Amino acid sequence: MTTRRAVITGLGAVAPGGIGVDAYWKQLTDGQSATGPITLFDPSPYRSRIAAEVDFDPVAAGLGPREVRRMDRATQFAVVAAREALGDSGLEPEATPAERTAVALGTAVGCTTRMEQEYVILSDSGRDWLVDPSYAVPELYSQFVPSSMAVELARLARAAGPVSVVSDGCTSGLDAVGHAVDLIQEGSADVVVSGGTDAPIAPITLACFDAIKATSPRNDDAEHASRPFDRTRNGLVLGEGAAVLVVEELEHARRRDAHIYAEVSGFATRCNAYHMTGLRADGIEMAEAIRIALDQSALAADDIDYVNAHGSSTRQNDRHETAAFKRGLGAHARRVPVSSIKSMIGHSLGAIGALELVACALAMEHGVIPPTANLHEPDPECDLDYVPLVAREQPVDSVLSVGSGFGGFQSAVVLARPDRRTP
Amino acid sequence: MTDARAAGTAVVTGIGVAAPTGLGTSAYWAATLAGESGLRPITRFDATRYPVRVGGEVDGFVAEQHVPSRLLPQTDHSTRLALAAGAQALADSGLTADDAPEFGIGIATASSMGGFEFGQRELGHLWALGAQHVSAYQSFAWFYAVNTGQLSIRHGLRGPGATVVSDQAGGLDALGAARRQIRKGTAAVLAGGVDSALCPLGLAGQLSTGELTASDDPSHAYLPFDRAASGHVPGEGGAFLILEDPAFAHARGATIHGEIAGYASTFDLSPDDPDADGLLRAARQALADAGLAPADIDVVFGDAAGRPDADRAEAAALVALFGPGGVPVTAPKSATGRLCAGAGALDVAAALLSLRDGVIPPTVHVREVDPDHQIDLVVGAPRRPADRPRSALVLARGHGGFNTALVVRRPPAIAATPSGSPANPEHANPDGR
Amino acid sequence: MATRELTIDDLTHLLRSAAGEEEGVDLDGDILDTEFATLGYDSLALLETASRLGVEYGVTLTDDDLEVITTPRALLDRVNTRLGRG
Repeated sequence: MTTRRAVITGLGAVAPGGIGVDAYWKQLTDGQSATGPITLFDPSPYRSRIAAEVDFDPVAAGLGPREVRRMDRATQFAVVAAREALGDSGLEPEATPAERTAVALGTAVGCTTRMEQEYVILSDSGRDWLVDPSYAVPELYSQFVPSSMAVELARLARAAGPVSVVSDGCTSGLDAVGHAVDLIQEGSADVVVSGGTDAPIAPITLACFDAIKATSPRNDDAEHASRPFDRTRNGLVLGEGAAVLVVEELEHARRRDAHIYAEVSGFATRCNAYHMTGLRADGIEMAEAIRIALDQSALAADDIDYVNAHGSSTRQNDRHETAAFKRGLGAHARRVPVSSIKSMIGHSLGAIGALELVACALAMEHGVIPPTANLHEPDPECDLDYVPLVAREQPVDSVLSVGSGFGGFQSAVVLARPDRRTP
Repeated sequence: MTDARAAGTAVVTGIGVAAPTGLGTSAYWAATLAGESGLRPITRFDATRYPVRVGGEVDGFVAEQHVPSRLLPQTDHSTRLALAAGAQALADSGLTADDAPEFGIGIATASSMGGFEFGQRELGHLWALGAQHVSAYQSFAWFYAVNTGQLSIRHGLRGPGATVVSDQAGGLDALGAARRQIRKGTAAVLAGGVDSALCPLGLAGQLSTGELTASDDPSHAYLPFDRAASGHVPGEGGAFLILEDPAFAHARGATIHGEIAGYASTFDLSPDDPDADGLLRAARQALADAGLAPADIDVVFGDAAGRPDADRAEAAALVALFGPGGVPVTAPKSATGRLCAGAGALDVAAALLSLRDGVIPPTVHVREVDPDHQIDLVVGAPRRPADRPRSALVLARGHGGFNTALVVRRPPAIAATPSGSPANPEHANPDGR
Repeated sequence: MATRELTIDDLTHLLRSAAGEEEGVDLDGDILDTEFATLGYDSLALLETASRLGVEYGVTLTDDDLEVITTPRALLDRVNTRLGRG
């Protein structure tokens, strides 16, 4: 039996600091932070009043008025990113049978923004527990179920194969791409529109992250607030955005002479079964996911040229994943460059894993490793090469990207050249 | 090919149920066979001014009896039901984290709206009282992955974790995801779905689909495939199952309830189009995945939307696959309401119990099956086919175009021969059909 | 908003409501000097408890407070000092 392999043939990104893959990549390689004071609404009641917002005009981004009305901000992001990715893939519409096209979209909090807005209307600003359904918009249900996001992408991509949302908290973006690989390998689809989206910068998200003090209160220096692996970091900075990756069966891509960014050669996820928000310092489960993803890729730890870290700018994460890298990559952990782009674009929950995989694919494409911005004073307990401040030019053939999510999810994805020598 | 197919299967060794017709598998099954209904006027909040006032609530659920005190302040009602059903499934299977290799037990759950009642309450705290009144637990109690995380933590499950969202198709998709994990080497997976959005905001959302019935009479509200079908009733609950690698299950001497033999999911780009073929494609692919022909299927657990057009579409798919009246069809969900992500998992539980006992439960409330559907709907009393049913097809559709089909089979070990003789010809020659 | 002294009974009531009660732990016993961790309360439980203290008693516990408060006695002392009842 021949093994079916999954490769990336199209990229799309809607990110803080840049809409479109080119603008996104320039932002990252310039080491520019896109975090700032929140402008989407008045954040004054909150402890943390900063975020990495997308400068997004849905009409300018190509959406029609009906789409704008129907879709939550996160859905709009996903559709714009998907259009770019499909265009980039060069897939002709209808060239792949709809039955062989699938969707696997990650999101952590779905249509939060619209859900909250509609709630405020139906409940008379929170006064009524018995909300008045007569004020409901016809598409209210779509704002409550994130599956509606996958519906929009399926219609866009004309996908009639397996379609679903993967919602594993902050590993959703990675896990959705992992699910795409499963669908390709098992033969359920030849093309999968995958990725992640979230637009969580809403009052309810700020309030609940305030309550657990997860977000940085560095309101007076918003631009430099996300500082993964830095001794002075004091919490994550919320972000938003979407990334879509067209994942395609290797021979299908080769037959149509598609540009192949990378093979998604390994994916694994493990639960820590420990705590909904907490992480053990040992990183055992993430290390296990890393080892399995390497094994699936037929790669040794030494083969990894770049590690894209979860690097969420919290103390417990930085220590957890530094331990996981040492455990999962052995001595190579001290040699390989590790960086966190959350230092620039914040933490966009279910989108970030997909945005990070786009960055990894571009690192392979261009031979440039994006830096960890705002890293001036490394935490002594985080003693790896985190590529501080400045991007690094260097050939990149194999990449590891990891993520951690509320709920205990620990995921690892490996991207590699499809023509690498395998045993 | 026997080995290849066997390697792709997963066996079910545990069932846990939280349904409007019964909390616990035996209570649920007894009520289902007795044709008891779990539909009543909604009591969880004052629904009198809503256009829909009937629902399927899990009666008599006392959270303190199922959920540790430490978890009560941080869990939505739906998560409490999930914790109860998940614990029950594990207990039924006899499996604990210590019985499997490290990372050997995974978890796959389906959700559609997350911990929605909890979310509505915290939105109220925020907007009516202020940000400082929002619970610290809001950061995860309402999000879609909450049941995956809480069940994983509660039972020490450190294998692969997944949360799938595909509306009402999700319960089956979670089982599909679990089978995929087993195929990739995980020994066992706790899988299924439990949903509940019977709070004012949740009901408002479900109302906006226009798919709910406005009938106030619980016994005449949700009537799938009936001439009088007028929409569905919302319900809460679902089921969790333990899926295992067959070799692992046999090695530890587990009781096998049945086998997840086939699975497929598809999408309809225009689900309201009478020509939409997604459900039929899913069913055909699931049968092919199981290595079965339509004639091998002994009973179908239908999606049973309860809307005339959607019922017509499902009936057409069944007729295309099995011929007019070609297979008994049932929908025990007419007694529970539609459970969103909980529905598929609960239907699989019902299918496994049906195959175990050789009896097909009735579709309660339905009085007059629309003859145009040309389906053999089991109504009134349970049916005991002369030839003991061996294989069931379970169907589910989700709002927006999701379709999933799953095939379950009875284990040969409890086959028709009373002695449980291993010399079951079907099993000895699986390709001889 | 109450400004009376916070008693250990008030605190146990608050803990039960904010974070439940660990199996095998008797909150009605002599717990004043038992570490919160031993009582089964993690940082999330304490954050939720602190949040409810803020709402019900108008006392804000800072990040630094929460770093050093590890027992019910320390929490009561800090809160009552803030309330001017220490």
